[in-house]
Order: sequence, then C-alpha cells, then structure tokens
Amino acid sequence: MTPAGAVRGAAFFGALCVVPLLVGPQWVLNLLIFTVMYAGLASAWNLVGGYAGYPSLGHAAFFGFGAYAVAIIFENDVGDGYAPFRTLPIIGLVVAVAVLPVAWIAMRTRADVFAIVTITLLFIAQTLAFNLRSVTGGAQGRSIAPAPFPVETYDRPFYYAMLALLALAMLLSVAIRDSKAGLSLAAVRSDEDKAHGVGVHVTGVKLLVFAVSAGITAMIGGVWAYYVGFIYPQFAIDPLVTIGMVLMCFLGGRATLWGPVLGAAILVPAQQFLAYRLGASQLYLLGYAAVFLIIMVLLPRGILPTLRRAR
Amino acid sequence: MQLAAQAIILGVLTGGVYALMASGQTLIFGVMKVVNLAQGAFVVLSAYLTFSLFTGFGVDPFLAILITTPAMFGLGVAVHWLVLRPLKHEDVGQLSLLVTFAVALGVEGVLALAYETTYRSVQPGYENRSWTVAGLQISEVRLYAFGLSAVMLAALYLILERTRLGMAIRATVQNPTSARLLGVSSERVAALGFGLGAATAAAAGSVYGLLYPFNPGSHYDLISRLLTIVVLGGMGSVGGAVVAAMIMGVGSSIVAALASPIWSDFTFFVVLLAVLLIRPRGLFGARARGAL
Amino acid sequence: MTTLLEVQGLTKSFGGVTAVDDCSFTVEKGSITGLIGPNGSGKTTVFNLITGYLPADSGRIFFDGSEVRRPHPARLYRHGLCRTFQQARIFPELTVTENLVVAAGHGWRDLVGARVSAADKRTARKLLTEFGLAELAGMTAAKLSYGQRKLLEFAAVLMSRPKLVLLDEPTAGVNPVMIETMEHHIRARHAAGTTFLIVEHDMALVMRLCSPVVVLDRGAPIMAGLPADVQQDPLVLDAYLGA
Repeated sequence: MTPAGAVRGAAFFGALCVVPLLVGPQWVLNLLIFTVMYAGLASAWNLVGGYAGYPSLGHAAFFGFGAYAVAIIFENDVGDGYAPFRTLPIIGLVVAVAVLPVAWIAMRTRADVFAIVTITLLFIAQTLAFNLRSVTGGAQGRSIAPAPFPVETYDRPFYYAMLALLALAMLLSVAIRDSKAGLSLAAVRSDEDKAHGVGVHVTGVKLLVFAVSAGITAMIGGVWAYYVGFIYPQFAIDPLVTIGMVLMCFLGGRATLWGPVLGAAILVPAQQFLAYRLGASQLYLLGYAAVFLIIMVLLPRGILPTLRRAR
Repeated sequence: MQLAAQAIILGVLTGGVYALMASGQTLIFGVMKVVNLAQGAFVVLSAYLTFSLFTGFGVDPFLAILITTPAMFGLGVAVHWLVLRPLKHEDVGQLSLLVTFAVALGVEGVLALAYETTYRSVQPGYENRSWTVAGLQISEVRLYAFGLSAVMLAALYLILERTRLGMAIRATVQNPTSARLLGVSSERVAALGFGLGAATAAAAGSVYGLLYPFNPGSHYDLISRLLTIVVLGGMGSVGGAVVAAMIMGVGSSIVAALASPIWSDFTFFVVLLAVLLIRPRGLFGARARGAL
Repeated sequence: MTTLLEVQGLTKSFGGVTAVDDCSFTVEKGSITGLIGPNGSGKTTVFNLITGYLPADSGRIFFDGSEVRRPHPARLYRHGLCRTFQQARIFPELTVTENLVVAAGHGWRDLVGARVSAADKRTARKLLTEFGLAELAGMTAAKLSYGQRKLLEFAAVLMSRPKLVLLDEPTAGVNPVMIETMEHHIRARHAAGTTFLIVEHDMALVMRLCSPVVVLDRGAPIMAGLPADVQQDPLVLDAYLGA
C-alpha cells in the first residue's frame, strides 16, 4: 500500500465513520448499511472472482451460513447486544476452514465448470436450509433476539460492524495483492497453465483466497441476520445476493481495490430507489438482468479499469 | 417390488422429457462452449406460453408445440445475436455464464410481471388419466410426453445427421478451427445452434406444464437438474445427455420412492459433484484438453 | 557422464492418431541435446508428456536418478526441470520484473512476503542485464516484441536455477540477430552447468550447438547420435525428404 493509498483509505473510512453522527433521517443510515454491506460482499467476492479469476456463483451460500450461525446461537439472548459481533471472527474462521475441502474440489476445474459447481453448492445450501427444519427452521425461518440498543441510535452498531467488515475485506485485499501470493494469483489469472509451468503454488493461492472470501462473506451474513432480526431460507441463501455481488464487482471493475465499492455505491441506492418508486420486486430481476447485459457488452472491464486505460 | 417398478416407470417417462431439455443444452455447449444457464428459463417460458395458448385459445398443449418451438427458436437466435455475439473472444468463456444467467433472470422477471408468482399448471382434462398395465399405473400424459420427447429427439438426430446445418454443427463441435477453414460460418452455426437448443427447451416446456405446477422461479430447479445431466453425459454429447437423463430420471425416482422426494433432489447434486471429482468429462465427453 | 533425463517407451495417442510411439531416449547431464524431426513427428507432444501437461498412455520417465510417476509441471519445476513454449508464453499483464520474480520458485513461506522485494528486484535486474532487457524492467510484458518475449520467457525459467531446461523451438519466428543472441545465452548457461534439451528446426543451429541429436519421425526415435552422423544418416534424410 502506498502512502497515497493509505491516506485515501483513511479519508474514506474516516468520513464514513462520521456520517451517522451527521445525518438525520433513519432511512439514510439504513440505505448506507446496505450499501456498505454490499460493498463488503462485492470486495470479498472480488478476491475469488476478480483477483483469482474464478467467478463463483455460490457465494450467497456462505452469506447464509453466517446468517444461520448467528440465528442459531443468538435465538434467545444477545447479552449486552455486542455478543453477536464478538462471535463474528469465530464464525468467519470456521467457515473459512470448512470451505477448504469444497474449494479444493471446486477449483480443480476450469472457470465454466467452477461456476457450475458453485451454483450447485448454492442449490444444495438452499435445499438444506429449507429441509433441515430442526436446524434452520425450514420455511418458517428463524428469529434472532432483538438487540438492546437505544432506539434513536439503534442502527449505528450495525453500521459500524458492516463498515469494519468492509475495511477488513479491503485490507486483506491489499495485503494479498501486495504479497507474493498476490503475484502468484495474478499469474494464475493471466495464464494458469503457464503458472504451473513456472512453479507457482496455484492450488494453494486459490484455496487461500477462496477461504478468506468465504469467511468474510459469512461474517457479513451474520451481521445482516442480526440486523434484520428474522431470516428466511429464500432470502438468506438467495441467488440474487450472489448476482448483486457479482454485478457490483463487474460494474466497478474486477481485480481492483475500489471497483467493488464503486459498484455498490452506484447500484444499491439505484436498486432501493427503483424499489421505492416502482414497488414490484420482479423489477429487480429485470433491472439486474438489464444492467448485467449492458455491462457485459459495453463495459466488460468495468468502470475503473476502463477509466485507467483511457488516461 | 411393485413400488420399485412403479418408480422405474415414472423415472423413465420423466427422464425422456429431461433428455429433450438436456439435449439442447449440451448442444449449445458443444457448438459454442457456452453453458446456457437460461435453458431452464426457456423451458418455463415455453410452459407459460403454452398455458396462455391453452387458457386463452383452447389450444391443446401438444399442438401448442407447433407454435412454441419455432417461436423459441427465433428467440434463441435473437438472444445469441444480441448478447452473446458481442462478447469479445477472450471473455466468452467466463462472461457467457454470467450473461446467460442474466438472461434467465430477465426471463424470470418478465414472466413474474406478466403472470405473477402464483403457481400455474396446464390442465386440459386428461392430465390425470392413466392406464393400468400388469398392476402398474402408467400416466397417460407422461407417456405422451415421453413419446413426444422421443419424436423430437429423433427429429434432432435427423437434423444433426442429415442436414447441412447439422453437419456444420457437428463439424464445429468436433473441430471449430477446421470447420471455419472449410467455410462454415461459426457465428451462424453458433446462432442456429443456440436457436436449436432453445427450440428443444420449447418442446419440452410445452409438456412440462402438464406434468408439474410451475412459476417464474421454477427455472432454478430445472437448471440444477439439467446441469447434472449434461455434465454426467459429457458436455457436448447429445447421446450422452439422453443416456444421462434416463439414468438420473430413474435414479432420482427410485430415491424419491424409497426415501423421500427431498432426497431425490439431492441425488442430482451428489451425482454432479461426484462426476466432477472422479471423471470430469462425464460418460461420453471429450477428454479434457491439454495445455497446448 | 550421468543420465539426467531418461524416457522409456513413451506412448500417446489422440483418437486414432499415435503422436508419440514407444519413444525412448536419454539426456546426459551437461549436454545440449537436440530433438529434431519433421513437422508432426511428435516433438512438442514429447515435451508435454515429460513435463506433465499431457498424461502419457504408457511409458516411464526418470529425472535426476528417480522415477517421475505422475509428472506435474509445478512439481518438476521445483525439482529443476523446466520448459519453454513454442509461442513464447509469458504473463502479459505482469511487468517484466514480475514475470521473472514469479518464476523464481518460491516456497510456501515466501508467499506472505512482499510482491516484489528489493532483493527480488536485484536478482531480476542481474538476469535482465545479462539478457539485455534491463531498460524494460518496469514495462508491462504485453508491450514486448515477439523476440523480447522469447528472451523473457527463457530468462524467467532460469530464475529457479534449473538443472534441465527444455526449449521448444527457441528460435522460431525470430530474426537472425536474435538467433545469435539465443545461442549465446544457451552456451553461456551451458558453460555454467545447465543441461538443455532443445527442439529445433534450424538445422544449422542444431549442428553447431547440439550434441547428441535425437531424431523423431512419426512419434518414434529413428536415430540418436553425433550431429555429423545424423546429418548423413539415410533414415533421417528419408524422414525429412521422403513422403
């Protein structure tokens, strides 16, 4: 990380930390929470889909794991209200380690087969969520004990938690990018067979980013569950969540540090605005589909890389 | 014993319909090396079209095929032209997946707007009739659907083996570069191949509505099964897809009968992961290409 | 003279075509062994089999005294066996220096280290200077000319100080000056102790540089010997000139 980069990061997060103290209406903070949440999800996805070049279509499953973990542990009692936040690192680590065998299977394949495997994992997770009723509550869902935060500032701890996770995702991205692991990943992304041929630890670095990515995604899912208070399987493990992460990453620019953040900053408010104006959630689908197709065809590199090239 | 036999019959009949859907998907992969994640959505779209034709105009679902198949063929060609063809060559592999997923979502969105999310089914009156043969029940609709699938697959076979388009498709599947050198327009083959794939989804979709209740979100279930079938059969092999569809049809039916329908979904997932682990090219797929 | 690489009975078929047919030969340590043969004789396929890019149908491979049961490019690389590709494969999105650093054969612990450390830059610079590419150190590899890419690819695999380098047509498609440069570098490294196995079509180069020379025809070795003998062998002439 260059000094300039560190200053940029500090300014960005500094400003975001101060925002809740300044804005009045509750809906603004609510919108910010979801924007920051998706920025974190997109940044986490970027590790696998951007830096490693493996487009995972199953990340929503990890989001769901984190959500259900928090829901199961904190069904009845959240202690001082911060207990769920304190368990997040454990949840993240557990998920990161648990996905290693899955990642190993999935990443033995090429990119298109990898996408099929990850989509299947998503379907498996969804099926389990609907059917393991004793664990997940099935279609009835599960509730989390409400947080004992004061009403006027209720959203703030959740906002800061999401912000912290976004910072974590970005810091880890920088750390990886600026290390030999990052160099190896860039080689893998560029020409995987040649990377094998010069002795790069291809499988190792792929597993590393997959685990980190899954862990962060799960932690974000945990905060989300705590925030919304009641989770249903079709929302906790929702292909649209994956599509959202992927789309934001593509829009802003894969394998860039700020691309996912930019993508989220554009799309989440747009999505909320459309939902508010036009109501029906089916339009989400059409909207997503349309934006996706436009990006693929017109702006395949995403905004930031296209701007850089134009310089 | 009888339970097993019943399950097998059901599995065979269902497998036939899946074979039709899967044949189109594997064909698209063979021609373009694109995994068409919208195949399930095409089936559902066709089911809705059939539903409208039936409830609006009284057209029998089996006749509706004459309308939906060419319509979806055209849609397939259009989709290819609009969103797949513009992808730059290096990006095609990765992006095509996301693009076809986006198409699936778009179709789901349009259907949800047009028809809302209530489950529909096509009920012309004969959907519950069945024959009893040797103590075993054979649903009439399923048998007709199987027969239709067999006929369509035979038609597909004839197209692939006896027409110029079919020859061009097979050449492109086997060796795209040589085919190009021999004057086969790979773009046109890709477009027509995609159209053909969508057409098979159309035919299957018309009968799908008779067999199962559906709503716009049903494409997810379908695509997860189709992916297993296509991977098991070997991506790009139409014959393989047919064989795999029968295997999975019978297998999942037996699991549903002996255990429960929930676990029958699981058989698809388990088989998919197992194939990818043990023999990634499936039963009849081409060997994984070497590095050079 | 010890044998560094030995292949025994390597066979590989694709569908109905047998690309490599019961191929056996050895590469002595400290030699520059040539592998020649008309187009389609299976030379690159042999390279792919040895380095593990393709699985052989049958046959055995021995490197540096032990058998290589299931060749894998990365494992072999770390044991000192590396190869270049006919089309000069480098990583276009990485810089020239990064192309070298990534090929230096890092262990697990190195992965947490800096992407390109000061020590890495020094090592890379030395090698780049030797190859006359020092001014290009920070340039994105995509901007290099074809000849520069070939040099870069060669230099990169040397970063791990390999025992045996398999060069696949190092002078294909390059100008005469570059051919001389390549030859110079091969000789320099050879003098420093590296063994080479070179697939080549430039006969003048092969005769000057390589000894012994193995000749393949339709996937099978038809002769192996000194350049002068190979040049005059009727079987070899027939393979090249015959139908």
